[in-house]
Amino acid sequence: MNLTLKIWRQDNPETKGKMVVYPMSNVEGDMSFLEMLDVLNEDLINKGEEPVAFDHDCREGICGTCSLMINGEPHGPDRLITTCQLHMRKFNDGDTIVIEPFRATAFPIIKDLVVDRTAFERIQQAGGYISVNTSGNTVDANAIPIEKEKADEAMDAATCIGCGACVAACKNASAMLFTSAKVSQFALLPQGRVEATDRVLNMVRQMDLEGFGNCTNTGACEVECPKGISLENIARMNREYMSAIVKG
Amino acid sequence: MGSLDSKIPSGPLAEKWTKHKNDIDLVNPANKRNIDILVVGTGLAGGAAAATLAELGYNVKTFCYQDSPRRAHSIAAQGGINASKNYQGDGDSDYRLFYDTVKGGDYRSREANVYRLAEVSGNIIDQCVAQGVPFAREYGGLLDNRSFGGVLVSRTFYAKGQTGQQLLLGAYAAMNRQINRGKIKSYNRHEMLDIVLIDGKARGIIARNLVTGEIERHSGHAVVLATGGYGNVFFLSTNAMGSNVTAAWRAHRRGAYFANPCYTQIHPTCIPVSGDHQSKLTLMSESLRNDGRIWVPKRLEDAQSIREGKLAPTELSEDERDYFLERRYPAFGNLVPRDVASRAAKERCDAGFGVNKTGEAVYLDFAAAIQRYGKEKALTSGLKNPDNTTIKQLGEEVIESKYGNLFQMYEKIVDQNPYKTPMMIYPAVHYTMGGLWVDYNLQTTIEGCYAAGEVNFSDHGANRLGASALMQGLADGYFVLPYTIGDYLSDDIRTGPIPTDGPEFEATEKEVLDRIDKLMQSNGTHSVDYYHKKLGKIMWNKCGMSRNAEDLKSAISEIAALRKDFWENVKIPGEAGQFNQELEKAGRVADFLELGELFAKDALHRNESCGGHFREEYQTKEGEALRDDENFKYVAAWEFKGAPSEAIMHKEDLVFENIKLKTRSYK
Repeated sequence: MNLTLKIWRQDNPETKGKMVVYPMSNVEGDMSFLEMLDVLNEDLINKGEEPVAFDHDCREGICGTCSLMINGEPHGPDRLITTCQLHMRKFNDGDTIVIEPFRATAFPIIKDLVVDRTAFERIQQAGGYISVNTSGNTVDANAIPIEKEKADEAMDAATCIGCGACVAACKNASAMLFTSAKVSQFALLPQGRVEATDRVLNMVRQMDLEGFGNCTNTGACEVECPKGISLENIARMNREYMSAIVKG
Repeated sequence: MGSLDSKIPSGPLAEKWTKHKNDIDLVNPANKRNIDILVVGTGLAGGAAAATLAELGYNVKTFCYQDSPRRAHSIAAQGGINASKNYQGDGDSDYRLFYDTVKGGDYRSREANVYRLAEVSGNIIDQCVAQGVPFAREYGGLLDNRSFGGVLVSRTFYAKGQTGQQLLLGAYAAMNRQINRGKIKSYNRHEMLDIVLIDGKARGIIARNLVTGEIERHSGHAVVLATGGYGNVFFLSTNAMGSNVTAAWRAHRRGAYFANPCYTQIHPTCIPVSGDHQSKLTLMSESLRNDGRIWVPKRLEDAQSIREGKLAPTELSEDERDYFLERRYPAFGNLVPRDVASRAAKERCDAGFGVNKTGEAVYLDFAAAIQRYGKEKALTSGLKNPDNTTIKQLGEEVIESKYGNLFQMYEKIVDQNPYKTPMMIYPAVHYTMGGLWVDYNLQTTIEGCYAAGEVNFSDHGANRLGASALMQGLADGYFVLPYTIGDYLSDDIRTGPIPTDGPEFEATEKEVLDRIDKLMQSNGTHSVDYYHKKLGKIMWNKCGMSRNAEDLKSAISEIAALRKDFWENVKIPGEAGQFNQELEKAGRVADFLELGELFAKDALHRNESCGGHFREEYQTKEGEALRDDENFKYVAAWEFKGAPSEAIMHKEDLVFENIKLKTRSYK
């Protein structure tokens, strides 16, 4: 199929960026979206132009490195997948595809489609852990039985890959879905209850410091999340936060 | 040829590690504060080591090329992690895990290291649960297990099909705790380009800041390499796009011996290649072989019709199918080790029984499991006479709860519904058992340079068993290296900070800059990927699932020629002093072009078939691997001498005192 790509190009954080149009031909349905960009880049290099910079690594939907706003949607039109798992069979011959970076004040652009998501790192450093030494001198793993349902719920929250699609999808660029998934994983497990109060306060404080917006319950984040992280996590974080404030 | 000192402690196998820990020197907590350690790579091994070292009190700097430590490729491991907990009461023990691993590795690993691995495996699970890793559980609240290839017990712990992700998030959380305390400084989007030696000791690295392109000097009293495997030398593999050999290869060039580079694991259950544009391959977890049955049509004409799209696999009756693993290996069936399963699939496809357009795919079928689970579920749900539709529906629900994310991934890539029609799979490069040679303390042949996880060679011999990579990464990182490194660092308590302005840093940095200049100046005609793909084709066709002397010889000369061409004609747009992904790739491919040649040289010298290394000249009449213990029961550790062709081999003879060497049989 033949396509028209409109891609955001920006040399570095300081310079102004612009949309550039690239016609593409001979795109196959079996190609992944990123493989289609590989083909474009190969062409650009052969012509002596700079290839389009974009983040990617595992290309199987788990590392959370790839991003991209594709026709206005984080990770493109398909549901429950990352950009690297999107295949060109989802598009039609003659389509125009607009490709932009994830946009948020807290995610500054590095180059072209690559953004800096280290704000997420700092949120997790603020309390996204259980304070237990890795010495191995803990109790036997089966000494703490955990209700299967609770363990599964914690697992569902823990599947978050930290890609930032939730922030990109949100009109307020809020990081509530991401932060709440991390808070929830620990809040649901008995091991995590011990520090639950401090954890939620510290992580939310850091989230606010990073310049993410507020949540207004539109639910766009849940729709666009490649891992299907549920809005219930935000509700849970709010509960945790309220009870932490009361306690604290 | 020299010999190598593996520093295996004396005494009975089961007591070696405890005895060693009691014997080695310790660094007191106050002195640890004066010692700096650089950890390169932040996957399971690096992340775990960094966290533990920082907890112990050392000052740690971590480096990763990803934008976050948690994106290291350990995250993509799906199936699970082994531990000899014997929670299922099926007779598991440290010895049995040790035995299975040595046998699975085709008797090419070091007994003492493997036993230690088995010994600490149970503790890994305790540790991870304490950290909040949400492992799968049974309804009673206790941990669930499943089985993996090459073993007869259920010892694999898992978190859906995302075990690597959950374990890495655990190690990353432990790192974050130390970052928050200021004990770890984490350098993301940084790539190590060389190691700095002072008086023969590893004392620092030269790294490139991938955002700004700046070259940085970092010093430490020891350097830990935890940079993973080199499967991407094949271009197409299940590794992440950025996975590379550079850190290990740079250390190799400075004196670290590279052991058994030819031992590569080709994983049997990957999604087949779809076309020339393919950039990477996707693994379908080995756990699927618990319930999936592997087959091809019995008749050539049926395979032909399927390839032409005239026949659907579901139209073939049981009698018309050849469940070739069950037929050849009745004892282990679909759960034979990876090398055996891969070769068997290749054999069938080479014989013309492949089932996709390219003829390079076999079926992995869940229909029987769906029926079995469906009937069981109907019974436990109190349904007396369920019809077939209900059984199927219930069965599919059970399969979904076990492998839902894998099935979804398959459907997105292949555009077929694996609940309704069997999956197509084909072997792909997945893991490299070879790597930097290390002694029992995980120290390479460079003093003060340690290697942990997939980057070292030590535990898996010539073939790794499923769910053992995560075990080894975390064992090395949490429980082995943080203690063995103390023995070395105890001599460094009076050294003080290592300055980065000495002549050694100066000289190494200059070499790095010169190399980058050379790459940037070669304003040639072809992209980096052009060369990488060519290298991959040579490797796959001539050093892949089966190898012979003639092909290996031609691979060696072809790779050398390709390397020359690369340095003359590669084209890298942009500048070195900026974010430049093509330059990043170029440096990595340049190193793969050297490693590939050593790989072929190693494969050529090993005149036997063992594990992942199958030499066509050495096989039985039935096509099974023919090992030669008399002549090749050793680790081949290569010393760099200016070029891969000049590399000198050193042998570490493998001594088996606790296991009798046998022909590996899964029949």
